[in-house]
Amino acid sequence: MATQMEAYDIAVIGGGNAALCAAMTAAEAGARVLILETAPKPYRGGNSRHTRNFRCMHKTPLGPLVEEYSEDEYLSDLLKVTGGKTDEHLARLAIRTSEECLPWMEEHGVRFQPSLSGTLSLARTNAFFMGGGKSLVNAYYRTAAGLGVEVLYEAAVTHLELDGDRIEWVDYTHQGQTHRIMPKAVIVASGGFQADTDWLTRAWGEPAKNFLIRGTPYNRGVVLADLLDQGVDSVGDPTQCHAVAIDGRAPKFDGGIVTRLDCVPFSIVVNKDAERFYDEGEDVWPKRYAIWGRLVAAQPDQVGYVIIDAKSLNLFMPSVFPPLKADTLEELAAMMDLPADKLTATVAEFNAACGDTSAFHPTELDGVATSGLTPPKTNWARPITEPPFYGYSLRTGVTFTYLGLKVDDRAQCSTPTGKIKNLWAAGETMAGSILGQGYLAGFGMTIGTVFGRIAGREAAAYAN
Amino acid sequence: MQTDLIQEARRQAEICNACRYCEGYCSVFPSLHAEREFSDGDITQLANLCHNCRGCYYACQYTAPHEFDLNLPKALAEVRRDSWESFAWPQPLARRFHTHGGAIALALVAGFALLIWAIRAIDSSGGEGFYAVLSHNAMVAIFAPAFLLPLFSIAFSLRRYWAEVGGQPIQLADVTAAFKRAGKMQDLAAGHGEGCNFEDEDRFSQGRRHIHQAIMYGFLLCFASTSVATVMHYIFGLHAPYGFWSLPKLLGVSGGILLTVGCGGMVMLKQKSDRELGDPSAWGGDIGFILLLGFVGLSGLVLYVLGSTALMPALLAIHLGSVLTFFLLTPFTKMAHGFYRLAALIRDAQRKRG
Repeated sequence: MATQMEAYDIAVIGGGNAALCAAMTAAEAGARVLILETAPKPYRGGNSRHTRNFRCMHKTPLGPLVEEYSEDEYLSDLLKVTGGKTDEHLARLAIRTSEECLPWMEEHGVRFQPSLSGTLSLARTNAFFMGGGKSLVNAYYRTAAGLGVEVLYEAAVTHLELDGDRIEWVDYTHQGQTHRIMPKAVIVASGGFQADTDWLTRAWGEPAKNFLIRGTPYNRGVVLADLLDQGVDSVGDPTQCHAVAIDGRAPKFDGGIVTRLDCVPFSIVVNKDAERFYDEGEDVWPKRYAIWGRLVAAQPDQVGYVIIDAKSLNLFMPSVFPPLKADTLEELAAMMDLPADKLTATVAEFNAACGDTSAFHPTELDGVATSGLTPPKTNWARPITEPPFYGYSLRTGVTFTYLGLKVDDRAQCSTPTGKIKNLWAAGETMAGSILGQGYLAGFGMTIGTVFGRIAGREAAAYAN
Repeated sequence: MQTDLIQEARRQAEICNACRYCEGYCSVFPSLHAEREFSDGDITQLANLCHNCRGCYYACQYTAPHEFDLNLPKALAEVRRDSWESFAWPQPLARRFHTHGGAIALALVAGFALLIWAIRAIDSSGGEGFYAVLSHNAMVAIFAPAFLLPLFSIAFSLRRYWAEVGGQPIQLADVTAAFKRAGKMQDLAAGHGEGCNFEDEDRFSQGRRHIHQAIMYGFLLCFASTSVATVMHYIFGLHAPYGFWSLPKLLGVSGGILLTVGCGGMVMLKQKSDRELGDPSAWGGDIGFILLLGFVGLSGLVLYVLGSTALMPALLAIHLGSVLTFFLLTPFTKMAHGFYRLAALIRDAQRKRG
C-alpha cells in the first residue's frame, strides 16, 4: 500500500455538486484539495449529472427567477411535503443561504436559463441550469481545476479510519492499487446507498428488488456504511427515500429525467389486478409525483398501469418511450398483461362516476371529480372513452435514500461522544438531516450547494 | 434521403424532447420541443438549424457509455449533409465532393488547366492590366455562366428543401429575423452568448464563431468588391485596373485577408475538435473546401501584391482557376450550407411567428 503523508489538506469523497462546491470553497480558502470520485470521468458528478435546477429563495427577481419567493413560503412548501418531519433550523439555514448561492454559482461557471417549456409552474421557485446538471458539473470541474483542485476518477474510497474524535486516514483503490492518504480534514459528499440493491432490500424487503434507480449506479453507500459501522451519528429512516413513479421500461440505473411520466393526472392508474388504488387527480403533478413512487411500491409486484384515451394524449410532456396503443381496452389489457374483463369493468365504473366535465382545465385544479367512487378522482376526472387507448407501466424509481450522516449547522459530523474534529458531510449523504420524508423539487441541489460550501469553508478553516 | 440517418436522428430527438435541458442553447431545441412527433421534414429542418456548436453534447447526461448513446450533433450533421446531397442538382455531382477532399483538389487542378488553356487560346491583345492576359470579354464569357449556373442549381435545391420542411410563403419579417441571427451567428454563441464547445471539450469559447465570422464577412467583402467593380465597369465606364484607394480594392484586400486568415484558423480549430461529434465521413470534403476557399483569398492577395511583376499571368491563371472551381462546386460542397442555414432560419422564424 502506498502511503502519502499529508500531501493534501482536504480529501473530498464524491464528485457531484456538493463535493465540488466544498472543494472549490476550500481551495479558494487556500487549502490543497483532492477529490476522490468513484465514477469514471464520463459518469462523474453522481446524481447531480441528472438534475436540472435548484430551488432558490429570493426577495426580488433574481437571475432567471421571477417575482419573489420568501423564506417562509419556501419553508412552508417544504413542511407540506415532509409532513413536518424537517429540522427547521437546518432547513431555514439552507433556504436563507440559497439566495446568495445563485450569484456564487454564476461566478463559478454555472449558467442559467429560463424555466423549461412544460415547467412553467417552477419559474418563480427553481433556477434552471442551462444544459442541465451535467453542464453545471462540467463548469465546476473546470473552475476547480483552475483553483488547483486535483481530481482522481475511479478512485473508490473503502475506509475512513475513525480514532476517537478524528479521522486518521482514508483508504481508496485506484487503478488496481490500494492507497492510504492522511489529509488534515475529510469531507464526505458521496450520496446515498440506493444503488446497492442488497442494502435497499434489507431496508425495504423484497419489493426493493423491483425498484429502478433513477440516477448514478455509483452511489452504493460504501463510505456511509463504513462510518455508520464505526458509530458516526446517523439520521433518517432507511426506508425513506426520494422515489417517484417512472416509466416501467426505464433502464435499471441512470434513466434520469426522461423516464418520468406526467400523464397520471389525466389517467386512471390500476395495479396488476386492474384495480385503482389512489386518487390520480389529488393535486397538480409537480406536487404529487414524489408520492407515487411509494404508492406503486405498495402494489403487488411493485407495478402500476396508466390508462388514458386519445383526448388526453397531448396534455402532458412527451415520454421517452412511446405508449402502448390499442383500439379497444381489451386489446390494451392483453398488451399489458392485465385481466381484460376486470380492466373494462374498472374503466366502466370510473366512467359512470364521472360527471360534468365542462370545467376541465389541464393545468389547474379544476374540481372535475368523480362521485361515489372509491378511491375518488378529485380533479381532471374525464371518462376514458375515446379510442385509441394508451397505456404505460409505472415502476418505483429511487432518486436517493435519506438514511445518512447527521450534521450540525456547520456540516460537521459527530459520534455520541461529541464532534468529529475533522469530518464534514454535504449533499445527499446528509440530506436526511433536513428531509425526514417527502421531497421538494430542486431542494437536493440547494442542500448540496449550501452545505457543500459550508463544509468546504469549515474544513479549510480547520486545515489552515 | 437516407432513412437510417433520419431514423437515428429521430430516435435521439425523441429522447431530447422528453428531457429538454438544452432548451436555452440554440434554435434547435425550442423548435424540437414544439413537436410531439417528428416527420422526415421536421428532422431535416432541425438538422439544418443545427450549427454543430456541440453545447448539447457536452451537457448531455445520455452520451455514451450510457445506453441511450446520444450524440445529437453528429446525428444532425449526418442528416444535414445527406439532405444537401439529396436535394442537389444535377444529381450525378451530388455525392462527389462533400465526402471527398481529393475530388475538390482534382477539380481545382482542372480549374487551373482550364484557365491556362483559355489564356493561351484566346487572343487578348490590346487589353490593359489583367485584361492583357485574358480579355474582359473572355472573363465574362467564362465567369458569368460559372456564377449563374450554380446559383440556379442552388435555387432549385432550396425549393426542394422548402417543400420538404413545409415552408410557407415568406414574409419580410422572416427574412429579417433570419439575417439577424445569421449575421451575429447567434447559434454559435449558445444561449448565454459565450460561444460553443469545439476546440477544448466542454470549455465555451468564441473561437469558432469569430473565425467563422471572419470567413463569412471576408467572403462577402470579396463578393462586394467584384459586384462594385462590375457596376463601375458597365454603368460608369470605369475600367480596371483600379488603384488601392478604390472601392473594389479596399473591399477586396480586406475581404481577402479575412478570408485567408479565417480559413487557416478554421482548419487549425477543426484539427483540435473531436471528429466524432460532427459528420466524420465529411471530414475530408470539409477540410478540402475550407482550403479551397482560403486559397481563393490567398491567391487573390498574392495577385494583388505581385500584380505588376512577371509572375502576374501565372498568378492570374491560378487565382481565376481557383475562383472558377469554387463557384462551380458551390452547390456540391460545404459552401451550400450557408444557403440552407438561411433557409432553415427563415423557416424557424415562420414557426415562431406561428
